[in-house]
Amino acid sequence: MRGEVAVSEEKVVKGIKFGLLSPELIRKISVTAIVTADVYDEDGLPSEGGIMDPRLGVIEPGQKCVTCGNSIVACPGHFGHLELARPVIHVGFVKHIYDILRATCRHCGRLKIPEEELNRYFDLLKRLEGRWPLLARGLTDYVRRKAMKAMECPHCKSRQFKIKLEKPTSFLEEGPGGSRKLWPTDIRARLERVDNRDLKLMGHDPEFARPEWMVITVLPVPPISVRPSILLETGIRSEDDLTHKLVDIIRTNDRLRESINAGAPEVIIEDLWDLFQYHITTYFDNEVPGVPPAKHRSGRALRTLAQRLRGKEGRFRGNLSGKRVDFSARTVISPDPNLSINEVGVPEEVAKTLTIPERVTPWNIDELRTHVLNGPYRHPGANYVIDPSGRRIDLRYIKDLKAIAENLKPGYIIERHLKDGDVVLFNRQPSLHRMSIMAHIVRILPGRTFRLHLAVCPPYNADFDGDEMNLHVPQSDEARAEARVLLLVQEHILSPRYGGPTIGGIQDYISGAYLLSSKATLLTKEQVSELLAGSGYEGPIPEPVVLSPKVLWSGKQIISLILPPDFNFRGKANMSAGPLRCDDYECFWDSYVVVKRGKLLMGVLDKKTLGSQQPESMLHWITKEYGNSFGRKFMDNAFKMFLRFVEMRGFTMALDDVKPPAKAVEEINAVVEDSKKKVAELIEQYNEGKLEPIPGRTMDESLEIRIMEVLADARDNAGEIATKYLDPFNNVFIMARTGARGNVLNMTQMAALLGQQSVRGERIRRGYDGRTLPHFKPGDVGPEARGFVRNSFVGGLSPIELFFHAAGGREGLVDTAVRTSQSGYMQRRLVNALQDLRVDYDLTVRTPSNSVVQLIYGDDGVDPGKSSYGNAVNIDRIIERVVGWKL
Amino acid sequence: MNISDEELLKLLEPAKQILPPKIFNELYEKVRGIPLTRDELSEVVNLAVNEYLNTLIEPGEPIGTVAAQSVGEPGTQMTLRTFHYAGVRELNVTLGLPRLIELVDARKLPDTPIMVIYLDEGHRYDREKALEVARRIEITRLENVITRVDIDLITSTIIIDLDLEMMKDKGITTNTVVKALGKIKAVSQGVRVDEDDENRIYVEVPSNYDFLKTQKLRDRILKIKLKGIKGINRVIVQRRGNEYVLITDGTNLEAVLKVEGVDVRRVFTNSIYEIENVLGVEAARQALINEIHNVLEEQGLDVDIRHVMLIADMMTLTGSVKQIGRHGIAGEKTSVLARASFEVTVKHLFEASARGEVDELKGVAENVIIGQLIPVGTNLVRLAMNPTLARSRGDR
Repeated sequence: MRGEVAVSEEKVVKGIKFGLLSPELIRKISVTAIVTADVYDEDGLPSEGGIMDPRLGVIEPGQKCVTCGNSIVACPGHFGHLELARPVIHVGFVKHIYDILRATCRHCGRLKIPEEELNRYFDLLKRLEGRWPLLARGLTDYVRRKAMKAMECPHCKSRQFKIKLEKPTSFLEEGPGGSRKLWPTDIRARLERVDNRDLKLMGHDPEFARPEWMVITVLPVPPISVRPSILLETGIRSEDDLTHKLVDIIRTNDRLRESINAGAPEVIIEDLWDLFQYHITTYFDNEVPGVPPAKHRSGRALRTLAQRLRGKEGRFRGNLSGKRVDFSARTVISPDPNLSINEVGVPEEVAKTLTIPERVTPWNIDELRTHVLNGPYRHPGANYVIDPSGRRIDLRYIKDLKAIAENLKPGYIIERHLKDGDVVLFNRQPSLHRMSIMAHIVRILPGRTFRLHLAVCPPYNADFDGDEMNLHVPQSDEARAEARVLLLVQEHILSPRYGGPTIGGIQDYISGAYLLSSKATLLTKEQVSELLAGSGYEGPIPEPVVLSPKVLWSGKQIISLILPPDFNFRGKANMSAGPLRCDDYECFWDSYVVVKRGKLLMGVLDKKTLGSQQPESMLHWITKEYGNSFGRKFMDNAFKMFLRFVEMRGFTMALDDVKPPAKAVEEINAVVEDSKKKVAELIEQYNEGKLEPIPGRTMDESLEIRIMEVLADARDNAGEIATKYLDPFNNVFIMARTGARGNVLNMTQMAALLGQQSVRGERIRRGYDGRTLPHFKPGDVGPEARGFVRNSFVGGLSPIELFFHAAGGREGLVDTAVRTSQSGYMQRRLVNALQDLRVDYDLTVRTPSNSVVQLIYGDDGVDPGKSSYGNAVNIDRIIERVVGWKL
Repeated sequence: MNISDEELLKLLEPAKQILPPKIFNELYEKVRGIPLTRDELSEVVNLAVNEYLNTLIEPGEPIGTVAAQSVGEPGTQMTLRTFHYAGVRELNVTLGLPRLIELVDARKLPDTPIMVIYLDEGHRYDREKALEVARRIEITRLENVITRVDIDLITSTIIIDLDLEMMKDKGITTNTVVKALGKIKAVSQGVRVDEDDENRIYVEVPSNYDFLKTQKLRDRILKIKLKGIKGINRVIVQRRGNEYVLITDGTNLEAVLKVEGVDVRRVFTNSIYEIENVLGVEAARQALINEIHNVLEEQGLDVDIRHVMLIADMMTLTGSVKQIGRHGIAGEKTSVLARASFEVTVKHLFEASARGEVDELKGVAENVIIGQLIPVGTNLVRLAMNPTLARSRGDR
């Protein structure tokens, strides 16, 4: 690699100046004046001096630009210009024109404030400008408003008149002899008189934005590349909306000029002038209030300049703040528990399309040769070779790949296929967090879906019911290094939101951990070997806990093998609630977890110890104390072991698991009947007027509240009965108890009854007049008539119950739909308001202009992502780490 | 425990140099409570110090975005409905997402304004005394204490029959009503009490009033404030622990602070705007932190307080509470491109060109737009290699 190292000079844009184009500048920029309204001549060629003049840029591929000589790819397009027969107001600046007209003298053009005061303000402005832009703005606003009030010019002492803005673009001056319309020519004449220093005091920069330029005399005509015409299949040309609008403008301009030259009556000229103003107004913005939008022949409103910029799909939000990218892929995701959580499975097809540019060096030349030899169609191949002169060779069209492979020398760049070990970014929308885009290590797999480990589902909020995800391949070494160091999944196990793990066990991992760590689990030698092999454990197997009649190991022993040897931990399991609650060592239910020196001595592992989004759990301390890399390995290994055990033991859910025995059904029926009776009593009391009202509520409301209380109790009691009769070791129960999936309410609804369905927090009320369905009498407020579902999912709902359940269910759907849009907008605003903040080297939080927002971040300089659930140091945990084994 | 206090302090000295006092004191107290060997003690100290140093934030961290995401992301999991106020069936409070949006919007009046008023020594233990304060606070209008209002068109008077029971309950006498009526200019001369029945009041309607005008007058009279504070529509007395507190529907911090019997230090309102006006921005900042944190906590969402603090700090940065959005922080950014890319794109562009503004491209949004690296995180490091210099050194 001798010779010059290519050092490209880095150019940085320091700033962007906004301003107005002066008529002179517009003429200077222009390559041609537009003189005719004809677009194409008889031969179908663009006419000279027309709106599609070839000098404005290349239209068709293969041509060379008349002006700059570039092809269609390189030619940026060139502006033309149109001389207007009469000046016209620019809609976007109507407000500024209005302000300046009112603040300056109609005669001498000076700001209507006495000279000495002006000097004072000017000095003040000078001082504020650099450091306090907001205050400077406040000053200019104040000056302008003050000047508007003066009814006599302090400079030339001439009398001032009130000026009215007749939206959208007309100005009226209310002089002594009635109001008179100010034509753009009058306005421009006044604006020309305004003094430069006065403009500065009004907040304008006269060098780049003279107010008279807000009245257009010359219209720049944008290059063709801005408004390309489309060739339809039928061979008919379809012009861009802007071109249509420009044609309108040129036509009216011609008519106006002709009328003036012919000496037409004033009224006609003024009418034409107004029409001209309309066309130019809608050319800039077709959604000005009070102006009928210009329509296409089909009746569709034209998409003119402002419409191109505005809104979510406009230039700004659609093309500048967010861009479409190359080197990306998208497909359905599916689970693969055999991957590491750092990995992503990529289909071969995708890998053959996405490439990584790799520079040939003496160290990788052999490997890259095999890539080139494989060509673009065999997997670890390459799609392009770029030689040192920058020539790009497309391997699809090369017959002799061998020659190219042999010819490789350091300095060549190979665009090789994606292969195992590459780093890529993986993303699922909506990207609400930084954990929605993480770096994964590629694994090329057969099949056509992306594969990911189940433990990374929570941060992406992904499931496999058809979700799709995106994949991006970083192209530079810097980007890949950053991805590996900062974005890798393992670096995001601990969430910056609350200082706890976001990634952890879910569903079967938790059931598996519970089953394996339960006291009842004893494993044969074969089982132990299988589990340990699955988890990648290498090392001795401990003494078995049972020697006779067969050697058997406990599940806790096996789990202990993969815990770090000096790890101490104590804490409650998820099960430790209700009757199974334990607060200390003395635990009959095995729901208090104790790990001493890497040995799981007691307690079952479940959601509280291993689950995702569980701060201060065992998993949290393991990743925090032994590092992200260890945490990742622990999860990879332990989770594989748990799954292997679940497979070994078998885990499923059957109808019998949630089918209550006949005796339970009887009791549930009794409870339901009892509460129905209670409700009937309440209604009777109400009818007799004896119901005691709840303070601050009406009788009706009180009755409703009372009934709802009774019915809620009914469901709770029924649920309790059902769960009491169900086998506490059936699989559904295990899932609910360990936190793997579902909860007691779900079980109640399956086994006992669904209970009251609600819409807007009330019993279901709407429907017909005085009743929910025609099956009931008007005025019936009994449980059944108002959406109480007394059947369970297992028992099956009656048609009426199903209807009520659907009504309640729909509310949930509507709620989610409304919520996502609302919270999405709130988040966009939050991000927009805060995105520029960063921590500086002195631990202050600062804005880009270096103003301090916080003197020390968060009052203590602690990164919540690295904290222990919000605390800088968790001293109890440190003590436990050191001496937990003997306490 | 075989380490003396003196020695313990000496062994903890290195930690004292580094750890903030609060953490150090916690360490000291906790270590003192358990028997540790010297080795173990030094390990604890080492771990504590290292953990503290490791947990400090790194320069360049884009902490604003992290805070925004940390508060915004759980928003999807929040509920939309309003809930009954803790223990009080009569009142609803907005919670969850709508309340969060309301706070971030810096709305002047909350959807459900509420105050919690604690009482001073003299009033807090006795229900009767608490009720007394409640009566001073709750607004009572004439319409709340009457049984009947009639317009007698013949004599052109308005006849008001007072509700004795309600008057007693609210602590109002006929006299107060008459006085209050006297404040209405149109009728100040013509108010009199029936000679036989002191619960009947006649109000003379000025002779130039027609029927419509008289009706309007009646409505106006009914709305007269007799007692209490404007804006506070209802007061509920509730027992909390061993004292009584007042919970109100409606809020008026300034006026409540002046009421006798109120513990001025413990008056709570959920209106950030009022807090800002009465107690200043610092108080408003703290109130914002508390309120946002409460909303998230109540929904069972874990969000670190530091994120909430940053949002509150940003909202109060300029010295007054600013909305997060178009009319606040986002609308006041110095960068044209940042404003244009947020909302009302075209307006900002016209404004910028009319004024001849300069975008200095210091923020994140602007640099994304023009395709440069953003000035946070790894790109905050300004370090460049001079290849010519490096080569010449290598040659030597």
